[in-house]
Amino acid sequence: MSFEKRPETKLVPVPSTNIVPERDVDKTPILEARNLGIDFGGLTAVDDFNMGIGRTEIAGLIGPNGAGKTTVFNLLTKVYQPSRGTILLDGTDTHGMNTIQVNRSGIARTFQNIRLFNNLSVEDNVKLGMHNQINYSTLEGVLRLPNYWKSEKRAHEKALQLLSIFDMQGLAHAKAGSLPYGAQRRLEIVRALATNPKLLLLDEPAAGMNPSETAELMENIVKIRDAFQIAVLLIEHDMNLVMGICEGICVLNFGKIIAKGTPSEIQANPAVIEAYLGKKKEDDAK
Amino acid sequence: MTFLTYVISGISLGSVYAIIALGYTMVYGIAKMLNFAHGDVIMVGAYVCFFATSRFGLNPVIGVLLAMFVCTILGMVIERLAYKPLRQAPSLAVLITAIGISYFLQNAAQLLWTSNPKTYTSVVGNGALQLAGGQLPISYVTIVTIVACVAIMVGLTTFTSKTKMGKAMRACSEDKGAAQLMGINVNTTISVTFAIGSALAAIAGVLLCSAYPILTPTTGSMPGIKAFTAAVFGGIGSVPGAFLGGILLGIIEIFAKAYISTQLSDAIVFAVLIVVLLVKPTGLLGKPVSEKV
Amino acid sequence: MTMKIKKMSKYTRRNFITYVMLAILFVVVQALVSTGNVSSLIKGQLVPICAYVVMAISLNLTVGVLGELSLGHAGFMSVGAFSGVVMATCLQTVVPIAWLRLAIAIITGGVFAAMVGVIVGIPVLRLKGDYLAIVTLAFGEIIKSIINNLYIGLDSGGLHMSLLTDKLNLAEGGKTILGGPMGATGVSSISTFTMGMILIVVCLTVIFNLVNSKSGRAVMALRDNRIAAESVGINVTKYKLMAFVISASMAGMAGTLFAMNYSTVVASKFDFNTSILVLVFVVLGGLGNMRGSIIAAAALTILPELLRQFQDYRMLAYAIVLILVMLATNNPTLSAAFRRFFGSFRRKKPTSDAKGGAAQ
Repeated sequence: MSFEKRPETKLVPVPSTNIVPERDVDKTPILEARNLGIDFGGLTAVDDFNMGIGRTEIAGLIGPNGAGKTTVFNLLTKVYQPSRGTILLDGTDTHGMNTIQVNRSGIARTFQNIRLFNNLSVEDNVKLGMHNQINYSTLEGVLRLPNYWKSEKRAHEKALQLLSIFDMQGLAHAKAGSLPYGAQRRLEIVRALATNPKLLLLDEPAAGMNPSETAELMENIVKIRDAFQIAVLLIEHDMNLVMGICEGICVLNFGKIIAKGTPSEIQANPAVIEAYLGKKKEDDAK
Repeated sequence: MTFLTYVISGISLGSVYAIIALGYTMVYGIAKMLNFAHGDVIMVGAYVCFFATSRFGLNPVIGVLLAMFVCTILGMVIERLAYKPLRQAPSLAVLITAIGISYFLQNAAQLLWTSNPKTYTSVVGNGALQLAGGQLPISYVTIVTIVACVAIMVGLTTFTSKTKMGKAMRACSEDKGAAQLMGINVNTTISVTFAIGSALAAIAGVLLCSAYPILTPTTGSMPGIKAFTAAVFGGIGSVPGAFLGGILLGIIEIFAKAYISTQLSDAIVFAVLIVVLLVKPTGLLGKPVSEKV
Repeated sequence: MTMKIKKMSKYTRRNFITYVMLAILFVVVQALVSTGNVSSLIKGQLVPICAYVVMAISLNLTVGVLGELSLGHAGFMSVGAFSGVVMATCLQTVVPIAWLRLAIAIITGGVFAAMVGVIVGIPVLRLKGDYLAIVTLAFGEIIKSIINNLYIGLDSGGLHMSLLTDKLNLAEGGKTILGGPMGATGVSSISTFTMGMILIVVCLTVIFNLVNSKSGRAVMALRDNRIAAESVGINVTKYKLMAFVISASMAGMAGTLFAMNYSTVVASKFDFNTSILVLVFVVLGGLGNMRGSIIAAAALTILPELLRQFQDYRMLAYAIVLILVMLATNNPTLSAAFRRFFGSFRRKKPTSDAKGGAAQ
């Protein structure tokens, strides 16, 4: 797809907010990105990115390789500071915040190339997600004061409870780095959930999973949304997963949004088919 | 005039550091290891040349060539026996092995040549060029050191950019796996790198002891650490960086000694290094590395 | 008893074994010393061994648990040594009880080393990998240079300090505590093996408890994956600095213990080679493996003494042993042969992987 063709994409309406589920009591979006953009040197990686996510919406971010999807995640979590634009998290501007503060304000994420604490146990990985909710000082920890035992016990119980979402309690003492690939992806989700987020960003959660694992993952993502009442934004190449569970979808190409809408709207969108799905069909034909 | 004298002796000392730093930086660039034994290879080179010229009365040029030959062989043997088996090992394990080699060389030298300091006779004689009516004497050692350093620098740059082996080295320092797939013999390349680095160390050893004529088994340690600092200063892995870092470090050291305090000169050198690294975390000419998320 | 041990978690059990090992060691050594079965050579090494053990476990906190290579750990030892000596000399008449004076001196050494740790840590920890290592080396050398040129004297008016000159302007009856390159002379050597063992147990307990707490987990998390640690809201700088400062402060305490064992201490004792020596203990003992550090530090401090019969060859032998051990434990072919040779005698290679797990 060449750059000259891009004006055509203006035919697609780009609303400031995406799909807000009817079930949401509070209709304001949990996350709103306005005119978000970043340049690396002279290259504009993401430009004019507008998106809103409802409070319990499962949203999808799709697009061909190199479209800038992960860069959007890195912007939202402030791994990169945006060159322009605003990010409103639950109505608060995250301008000037760093990754740590963004996480404390309620965004948790997973990574495309899995980033676990490989030498620590599965349980410790989850407890690290709860780091900011465990309230005892370093001194209390070193002296093993009663508060240490109480907090650690609570953390242990909560960690097991979170692990049970994916039936992983049995693996609590295993080293995270020694887990099979799929289990590592699931553990990353559990760790992110442990930070008590309002918005969960999943970067290719089904990558490397077989169809039955993917199906199970789809169920679990919905289950997580229902149980925790949080919003989920996911990047995924598996169209069955995206079309199956996402309520709103945003399509990115060359760093710009080319379409937004419900799964059925996206599937029917000519710009998307041309940029993404059409190409995929040709590949399939081969 | 005194200022100029300090500048020149700074450049001279810096040239020695630069030659040693080139050895560090080449080995680091290609094998990604801090070769702590490099300083002791310098010492061995100095001893070989000392015995060749002082004891056996050989021509200084032959003495230097002999030192280069011995150090080249030594460097390759060390690489083959101690570092090659650890190619896949964690970097700390290689570091400790290098420290073991360093201890070994120092203690072997002490056994062979005792710890009594040897008084070095300069390989180029003790004369000096009298400039500005005798107000600005420049010793022949200084001239030879600076010329040698520039020649080595030019030679190395040409070697790494023009020759097949030089290109192989650069390829290996970027990505050993990919280089191997392109048909480059990685082991040979690393071996050659060690050979060149060690030959340079021999030259540095002779020049260092010609300028500061006391030779003991631990002579190489401190210049080794300083040259390593110089390599980091300029951006480790970068050949021009090692050159620049070495020269600057030499000048700073001489200036600190002359104008501030002799006793605290080392502290000042290291303080400058810290300040530079805080401003440019990968050294003066080092490429910034960013981690892909 | 066995039941109780079995019920403990894996880490607690490992820690328990380490404590038992130390207790047995202490009792055996004390028994041997009191019955006069220990040569004066070894007896003189008891306190230095304790000091090196503390150095090793504290450096292991930086290298093994935090995952940053430090080449200037002896600098903190030096700060602790001299601040401790100055404190002990000041208290000479005020606190006549030797062990109490020693304890206060050790704490002083720890506090001063911690303060220097903060000053060094803030800039150093912004760097990464080998650059961080070289800057710790640089700081170690700077500390050595400064103390080497520092003069401290005591008279009725209090402490006098000067850099580079020995003109302290001491009043009548004043005495020089630290004399620049001459070091501290006339130190009352009051360090004891018992105090050394207490210090080891205290430092070990702090590290074990730290590692199994929220803060220790955070430190290990940022070692394993800094970006992921930030993504779950862990303040990377805070925990890096915390681990670094605790490590520095323990090195300072070890320094005081070490210095108070001799009547004369010079700053050049705590140089780059000492930092490297301690690093060797840590790597040989296994990264993150505290028990390994203890054993390696003790064994390698005694080894040169035991090799004394080889006289001039002993340091050469030490170097060869070091190289061979590194090759045997880190080369896949060699370590397999090594294990076959020892058969089922050893279950696991002595050094752990590049990055150790939780401290053991």
